[in-house]
Amino acid sequence: MFLRKIALAGAMAITAGSAYAACEIPGNVSIVGNEFPAIHTVAKGAAECAGGEVKSNLTADHQKINVAGMQGNPAEYSTAIIANSSIVALMNEDVIRPLNDLVAEYGQDIPKSQLITIDGNIMAVAFMANAQTLAYRKDVLEEIGVDVPKTYEEVLEAAEKIRAAGISQYPVGGAYAAGWNLAEEFVNMYVGHGGEFFVPGTAEVAINNEQGVAALNMMKALTEYMNPDFLTHDSNATGAEMEAGNVILMNMWGSRMGNLMDAEGAEEQVYSNITVGAPLTVGGGSTPASTLWWDGWTVAKNISDEDAVATFLAMKHGTSPAILNDETMSQAVWMIEGYKPAPVNDGVFAAMSAGTRSYPMLPYQGLLHTALGDNLADFLLGKESAEQALADTEAAFTTAAKEKGFLK
Amino acid sequence: MTLCITCQRLGDREVKHKSFFWFVLPSALAMMLFIFFPIISVIVQSLHVEHEQVIRKVESCDLFGCKESTTIDQEATAALRAAEPLGQFAGFKTYLDRNHLATKEVGTTWKNTSSWRDFGAQMLNLPFYKAIGFTLTFTFVVTPLVIIVGFVIAVAVNSAVRQLRGPLIFFSLLPMMITPLVGALILFWMVDARGIIGATLQHLAGDPELSVKASTPLMWIMLMVYGVWHAAPFAFIVYYAGLQTVNKETLEAARVDGANRWLQIRHVVIPHLLPLTTFIALMQLMDNFRVFEPIVSFAANAHATSLSWAIYNDLGGETRQLSSAAATSVLTIIGVAILLSPVLVRTWRDFDRK
Repeated sequence: MFLRKIALAGAMAITAGSAYAACEIPGNVSIVGNEFPAIHTVAKGAAECAGGEVKSNLTADHQKINVAGMQGNPAEYSTAIIANSSIVALMNEDVIRPLNDLVAEYGQDIPKSQLITIDGNIMAVAFMANAQTLAYRKDVLEEIGVDVPKTYEEVLEAAEKIRAAGISQYPVGGAYAAGWNLAEEFVNMYVGHGGEFFVPGTAEVAINNEQGVAALNMMKALTEYMNPDFLTHDSNATGAEMEAGNVILMNMWGSRMGNLMDAEGAEEQVYSNITVGAPLTVGGGSTPASTLWWDGWTVAKNISDEDAVATFLAMKHGTSPAILNDETMSQAVWMIEGYKPAPVNDGVFAAMSAGTRSYPMLPYQGLLHTALGDNLADFLLGKESAEQALADTEAAFTTAAKEKGFLK
Repeated sequence: MTLCITCQRLGDREVKHKSFFWFVLPSALAMMLFIFFPIISVIVQSLHVEHEQVIRKVESCDLFGCKESTTIDQEATAALRAAEPLGQFAGFKTYLDRNHLATKEVGTTWKNTSSWRDFGAQMLNLPFYKAIGFTLTFTFVVTPLVIIVGFVIAVAVNSAVRQLRGPLIFFSLLPMMITPLVGALILFWMVDARGIIGATLQHLAGDPELSVKASTPLMWIMLMVYGVWHAAPFAFIVYYAGLQTVNKETLEAARVDGANRWLQIRHVVIPHLLPLTTFIALMQLMDNFRVFEPIVSFAANAHATSLSWAIYNDLGGETRQLSSAAATSVLTIIGVAILLSPVLVRTWRDFDRK
């Protein structure tokens, strides 16, 4: 038995060794990206490459530094790990290069679906998927005799029953912190109502409509069942509320479900009963009130060809099956061959199969997101009407879009 | 030696100015480099907006399929960008638009509202006026309170037993030693509905639903309490130093004349510390006008925004709004200048008279 273990360890060391050898790079690599376990795994995988230096700067503030860090010539960062919302800022400033030639020469084995293609140009390679879906307490729903909600309307009914049964005064959770989070929840709800953000093909915003008002009213109805501090609760805070046993139902990121379901930070009764469900629909629609997200890597424009090749090879290695092991397997919904989904990832897969729309990759979507985050809180606080909040958002966006040259 | 020969030849006044010049030259150069030029660059930035973006309809494909989308035509704008890297000149357009001074919107509101109350409410719906509303309230509430609280602590510590003074000074300075972000977070958790202050408030108010973080007026008060808590040690230490220089004989004379403790403070200590008060008021007006950290750590932006927060918000989004942030920065500088102008004018007059 002991010998077998040693032999196994030896065999693993050899395969690991061959994995090191498999990645030879002809230049240097410098990575900038967000800071969470899956990204660390990718950066560590890329650092296995030999032949050049591989540096990484992983920080929650990556969006504030990646554009500036890639604008110089040569660029400070040879690759930025980004999502479908943040790739836009890099494309707007023209700091990342199309990868068609590199893919043709070195990346024939990358599945086509992973290639993020805009107008025929491959701009990024995706390696993981994410979406917000329902998280609920199985035991509490059984106790009040309610099926797992499929729509937000059913969430409201269940919430009323939970409150009436005296189980929790504020049973609904959500990342409603004013700013980016609140805007994201509106985006979800508006998409769920079938709304379109812009007049197609233009930067003319069009959210002050029936769907917009309906989305806001549903959000307001949900907040009646939320902790009164909801405008200060980001995903971390609302997750903590669920772990504390106060929140029974909430819309939560797939990438954060692992934290809710592990033994840390909650009692057994709570964490063993937290279950991941499908994304919710709203208002009788069939498109889930959620958005699909991917994380992927890019290659900077202003770097030498050697460094570009090195970056491509290192990042390809960092997102190859070689990085998957028992520890990394559950960190994300990996878009990597050999990935075996765990129950914690059910939601994201359900979101993908339910036809959830992906977060729009439009040059001016980021400006709208900022405007939404700044202007919707007044409605939820009861200071103004839904129409007024949406009109304010449109006005703020239009002004910003003029300053950025998207509108005349 | 040489200097003194020069004194005789040139006369006092000229020497003063000449040596003054050489004394301040290094710091003046540093100020030019690190303060003046960046401000010029911000002003230039604020007068420009980005080039018109040529938007093209394209097909974009990701993990989840292909769809119609738009993108910026980089080739079409490349020539424009190369010719004018700053963007297109816009003059004061950014300053006047809705996200800043909003002159047009203010004009319409003025015409369409009948009462001051209504007009005020409409104005607070505009981001700049919402921010300046809180910024000014914060500045004019916190500054005097910091001066008063700092003075009271300084007098109290100064009259404590000598052995106790060391520890007292240490504890009084703690709020200033703690990193602002961390200090604000500590208070943020304490005022949570389940925190020690939050729960006490609920108990005192007899309202189990009361939440500081959910109510705009309570949030404003909490931000100002934090502002005073954080800055009072600064006023304290300045006053405490000043108290050591109060003339003992004057105090003695006052005591002989029958002045009680309050009268001594009123007629000897306070007049003596007046120049320090001007100094603290100046520093605090500037600092408080740039209130920022507590809004971030209290996640208070649904209830209160400030000019500095607006700049941060412009730069922190997925699309950076440099021109907008630059315009707000310049408006902040103008605001500080207006706030300080009474004192600056007086200092200048004093200088001129000499």
